[in-house]
Amino acid sequence: MIGWWGLAAAASLLVLAAVVSVVLRLGVERGIVVAGGRMLVQLALVGGLLTLVMAPGRSIWWSWLWVVGMIGYASGVAARRVPEVPAIRPLALAAFSAAAVVTLGVLFGLGVFEVAGRSVVPLAGMMVGNSMSAVVLASRRTVEEVRERRGEVETLLALGLDRRTASASCVRDAMRSALIPQIETTKATGLVFLPGAMVGLLLAGVAPKDAVMTQAVVMFLVLASVSVTAAVMSLGVARRLFSADHRLLPLPAAKS
Amino acid sequence: MDDVLTLSSVVARRGGRTVLDGVSCGFAAGAVTVLRGPSGSGKSTLLRLCDRLDVPDSGTVSYQGRDVAEVDVLELRRRVGMVFQTPVPLRGTVRDNLAVAAHGTDEEYAGRLARAGLDAEMLDRDARELSGGELQRMCLARTLGTDPDVLLLDEPTSSLDKESVRVIEESVRAFVDGGGSAVWVTHDDAQADRLGGVVLMIEGGRVRA
Repeated sequence: MIGWWGLAAAASLLVLAAVVSVVLRLGVERGIVVAGGRMLVQLALVGGLLTLVMAPGRSIWWSWLWVVGMIGYASGVAARRVPEVPAIRPLALAAFSAAAVVTLGVLFGLGVFEVAGRSVVPLAGMMVGNSMSAVVLASRRTVEEVRERRGEVETLLALGLDRRTASASCVRDAMRSALIPQIETTKATGLVFLPGAMVGLLLAGVAPKDAVMTQAVVMFLVLASVSVTAAVMSLGVARRLFSADHRLLPLPAAKS
Repeated sequence: MDDVLTLSSVVARRGGRTVLDGVSCGFAAGAVTVLRGPSGSGKSTLLRLCDRLDVPDSGTVSYQGRDVAEVDVLELRRRVGMVFQTPVPLRGTVRDNLAVAAHGTDEEYAGRLARAGLDAEMLDRDARELSGGELQRMCLARTLGTDPDVLLLDEPTSSLDKESVRVIEESVRAFVDGGGSAVWVTHDDAQADRLGGVVLMIEGGRVRA
């Protein structure tokens, strides 16, 4: 267990980062200190709430409510990060929800983890947090692919193909772009870096074998959730770029 | 002669500008109609309205007497084929490109290529490696693959060599002689004379004969 002294000692690393910024005149020292302070406050708040939600005897429905809130908040963040796609929030909500149903459904349905607050909340957190970049990347790349290949898409429409078929190649390429970073991360896991969950377990004194097994499950969860969210976002965004009568609509302006 | 495509009081605004301002005209069935006008006069917009790649702000576009808004749009686009100014090769071989319009045998693909003055030996070539003239002719063959009644040609030969221009003009002439209709946008006076048929001028958002 890390005590107050341990936490304060570790914070010296934050000061070191700020000093590097000052010495090299990067001008981000204030940002580093604010980010570190904000992270501490946020974690303290979340820790307090999780203590309440996951307290022994507390109904599991509080944990599920937490997951719903997390998905709702993440959808809002995604919408703010992709302003070029109008009304994207409901789509992001659908993507995170679909990923939650699929991944948590498999893990809890097949008995990989016991349904309890201490498993529901962290697993959902891993799912949402790691899917965020896929949601943003898949949305942006879908718009960019269709914009860059407008001539090809309209050629296909003019040959009498429907909007889904006409945009299929763009959707595939956008999804590939969204998935590749996670695939590369998965490939490098264990060799190039040790993921946070595994490091946390090892530091908490869990046996390496158990830490590895848990981390592997988390990586499977993340890969599946990234795949599901990228698929929902790419297909959903592509659909919004066309009218119901298979016309390519004016596309959102490119993000500078 | 009946009109295969008719525009009635069509208004189209694009980017805050009125491109077509109450256009009423018809394109004769079984003939070539040449559409001329300065750059930005709305010629391309007019063709796109006929293929329902765009919709008018008001007025109606009719195909064989029916409002195109009431015709199945995918079927309309197969009946009214479009050849764009900039030819776009799809990924894969020439055969793959032809198959997108309609699947067939190599013999059928060869027949389509022949209609655009191309050899069957091209079937295995990568479509992205064709020359400009070959590519536009392949695009014409691809469009003919849907067996259209009407061809909309948006300055299809504006950047091609003389031989490719001649072949494409002959191909479209043969299409019209076979009962098809064509609407050809061009800036080229000599080409307008060679194509014959009715010439419509579009200027200031209006069409005049």
